[in-house]
Amino acid sequence: MDIVELSRLQFAITALYHFLFVPLTLGLSIHLGIMETVYVMSGRAIWRDMVKFWGVLFGINFAMGVATGLTMEFQFGTNWAYYSHYVGDVFGAPLAIEGLMAFFLEATFVGLFFFAWDRLSKIQHLIATWALAIGTNFSALWILIANGWMQYPVGAHFNVDTMRMEVTDFSAVLFNPVAQAKFVHTVSAGYVTGSVFVLAVSAYYLLRGRHRELARRSMTVAASFGLASALSVVVLGDESGYMAGLNQKMKIAAIESMWDTEPAPASFTVVGLPDLANRKTTFAVKVPWVLGLIATRSIDTPVPGINQLVQVAAAHIGNGLVAYDALLKVRQNPHDMAARATLDAHSADLGYALLLKHFRSDIENATPADIAAAAASTIPNVPVLFWSFRIMVGLGLWFIALFAIAFWLAGWRRLDTHRPFLWAALFTLPLPWIAAELGWIVAEYGRQPWVIEGVLPTALGVSSTDAGNVLFSLIGFATFYSALLAADLFLLTKYIRLGPEETLGRPVSAPSTTHAIGV
Amino acid sequence: MSYELLRLIWWALLGILLIGFAALDGFDLGTMVLLPFVARSDIERRVVINTVGPVWEGNQVWFILGGGAIFAAWPALYAASFSGFYLAMILVLGALILRPVGIKFRSKLDEPGWRRSWDWILFVSGLVPSLVFGVAIGNLFEGVPFTFDADLRMHSTITLLSLLNPFALVVGLASLAMIVLHGACWLNLKTTGAIRARAYAVIPAAAIVFAMLFALAGFWVAQLRGVHLSVPMAHDAPSNPLMKTVAVVRGAWLMNFATTPFLWAAPIVAFVGALFAILFRSRPGYAFIGSALVPLGAIGTAGLSLFPFLLPSSSNPNASLTVWDASSSKLTLSVMLGAVAIFLPIVLAYTAWVYRVFKGPVKAEHIVAQSKTSY
Repeated sequence: MDIVELSRLQFAITALYHFLFVPLTLGLSIHLGIMETVYVMSGRAIWRDMVKFWGVLFGINFAMGVATGLTMEFQFGTNWAYYSHYVGDVFGAPLAIEGLMAFFLEATFVGLFFFAWDRLSKIQHLIATWALAIGTNFSALWILIANGWMQYPVGAHFNVDTMRMEVTDFSAVLFNPVAQAKFVHTVSAGYVTGSVFVLAVSAYYLLRGRHRELARRSMTVAASFGLASALSVVVLGDESGYMAGLNQKMKIAAIESMWDTEPAPASFTVVGLPDLANRKTTFAVKVPWVLGLIATRSIDTPVPGINQLVQVAAAHIGNGLVAYDALLKVRQNPHDMAARATLDAHSADLGYALLLKHFRSDIENATPADIAAAAASTIPNVPVLFWSFRIMVGLGLWFIALFAIAFWLAGWRRLDTHRPFLWAALFTLPLPWIAAELGWIVAEYGRQPWVIEGVLPTALGVSSTDAGNVLFSLIGFATFYSALLAADLFLLTKYIRLGPEETLGRPVSAPSTTHAIGV
Repeated sequence: MSYELLRLIWWALLGILLIGFAALDGFDLGTMVLLPFVARSDIERRVVINTVGPVWEGNQVWFILGGGAIFAAWPALYAASFSGFYLAMILVLGALILRPVGIKFRSKLDEPGWRRSWDWILFVSGLVPSLVFGVAIGNLFEGVPFTFDADLRMHSTITLLSLLNPFALVVGLASLAMIVLHGACWLNLKTTGAIRARAYAVIPAAAIVFAMLFALAGFWVAQLRGVHLSVPMAHDAPSNPLMKTVAVVRGAWLMNFATTPFLWAAPIVAFVGALFAILFRSRPGYAFIGSALVPLGAIGTAGLSLFPFLLPSSSNPNASLTVWDASSSKLTLSVMLGAVAIFLPIVLAYTAWVYRVFKGPVKAEHIVAQSKTSY
């Protein structure tokens, strides 16, 4: 493997590991906030004990999120140095603001959350808990503004004097529609993860007849919050699809394994077998209209197919070569104003010309065959996207069904007695993580060969360090993270098995049995 | 605001972030380095860990924000330094990854082997960053071998072994002594009894070792070949590090002090801070302020000495990164300055509040009373 593949693999492994912990942090922090709010409003001590118990599990997971997150902040510099140089002017800003606005908030208040129960008033502690929850959510906002820009690089232009992308319109970066859709989709996925976690662990207690009071109340919170979140994930996932349709048409076509443009409105392929060699999809089961509606919000706009998009890419490459030629002239003579004007006029496609670097270093001499090869390289891995997307959506629909049942049972006060439901909830436990990881794969693997869509090919973004160094760090991270994950799972299982009373070291406060609304 | 002024402000902010990290997270690191030595029994070790327990996570954000702010304001420095110092950076990350997990997981299992292993892991998590950051700063004065091609892609021949040169090791050990001093002053403030007595005894030793190594580095640096702008460069030009001419001069790193004698205040602050820590070790609050002044003086000295250079190159001095050719665009610097002006005061305010909430020493009986929920 060369340095590009090693660096990509390392980024994928560290990001996927990090994203095992992030969704649960996002979701559980809101649960803690809701439970503590009920405690402060009702004054019932069992709700405080619920916060403390779920807080212990939250803390174990939070530590792993912090640990794996450290790598993410610095890995752009260590492994993606040219990327950092090329887009740091735009991409660095949301990361820095994330630190200022989000990390400080969550990291400072997490100490109060755990250790200041006896030092703060009820209201002050509640504020600390919500500050923690808001901090984690802000963090998701800023990192997705950064990521949204990688998918849809608005508000920036290429500066030939500094050889990099620079911001022209900061509010366009901030209010990037792709980023907004991604943010709501991702935090909702986190809320679903948190809700499934609370639901499944509570179901485990109820199936064993332990900690009924705590489990029943926890489940009620998870059922209502989870249902709203599960609906939001799917609706906002659809919004993400529409946004991708604006800019990342190739990603949509690959997800659909749609080789040729269909007449509008395009149908949605439910299942099928993508056939790369012959560029077709066999055994396709299609639902008419659906894709056209999702991707274009209209019934008369066609959704372009992969083959047509490759031709579009070839045209962009031709245009990009004009820009590259002008770039070389400006480099020869910085005062060549005509070349500067040509470069400015064509610089939007400069990134497409850079795709040729994979095929030859003197890209100004590219042949039509090189251009055709570079255009074909814009096709991402179709079968992986096709199946990842379908499994993710299938799981999303299952979460809606599960939470709808939970919500209905909660309404009838039968959450704790319906054993088939409790088993279903328990077995759903690993599924939101699978859905979240697949979502990352669709979004990021589906963007290949680009690291910044249309601007910078991934292969050019790497550092010029020794491949042996990257192999060493890759093996190091993989073994290190796996060992820590084992310790994390061991402790989580141990504390779940122990249950709230052993975990807190005292009996959980007995609730009043006569209270009418049963909080 | 002019581009020149924005660059200067961001150079100062870079220093403030590094000093904030060393002054706030520094005592967490120092506490971890001292953990196996000042605390012998399990309960003593839990006391030590719980002195930083509620606050270390917020302190660590100074490090993360340092990374983010360098990325946003000095992308060329972010790219060149972290990829150039690749293995050193991976070592630091490895150590820092162990810290949150170690603090959280250690006392979650009542098993002596498990706890002792985590204690040593926590020791490493404090030792490695304290040493490596110093070694990295030392290498700035030696210069590191890198250059850029016409695409501004960096090519470097830095290896982990080339970073471990004698001068850099002296700076690394000075950094470690500074961090240990700060950690000892923290424990002197936040513990009682036997632990405090041991931390108290560490203070003069660490302060004297630091002062000697810092002075040694100062005499040594006068002999080093540093870089110097032989032709003045525009302060508002586009950020392209290949447009200047740089001369290599022995003793160049002391030129700023020669032209502006007032700058000697920085090293003096470092020495005075160390002295303060020794003299006032019976009044722990004052001693802690003293040990917090040490990173202010020491990092200030390094920054002022290098100015306007950020990352000097030994293989192609003309490609060295400076304040005037390694920054973000003017627009990004202004927007980010606005963000800092709004958020940093808010951060400082709630951080101060949290420290007030957790005021007072940590005692063994607190840990015993809340054995299940304490670290």
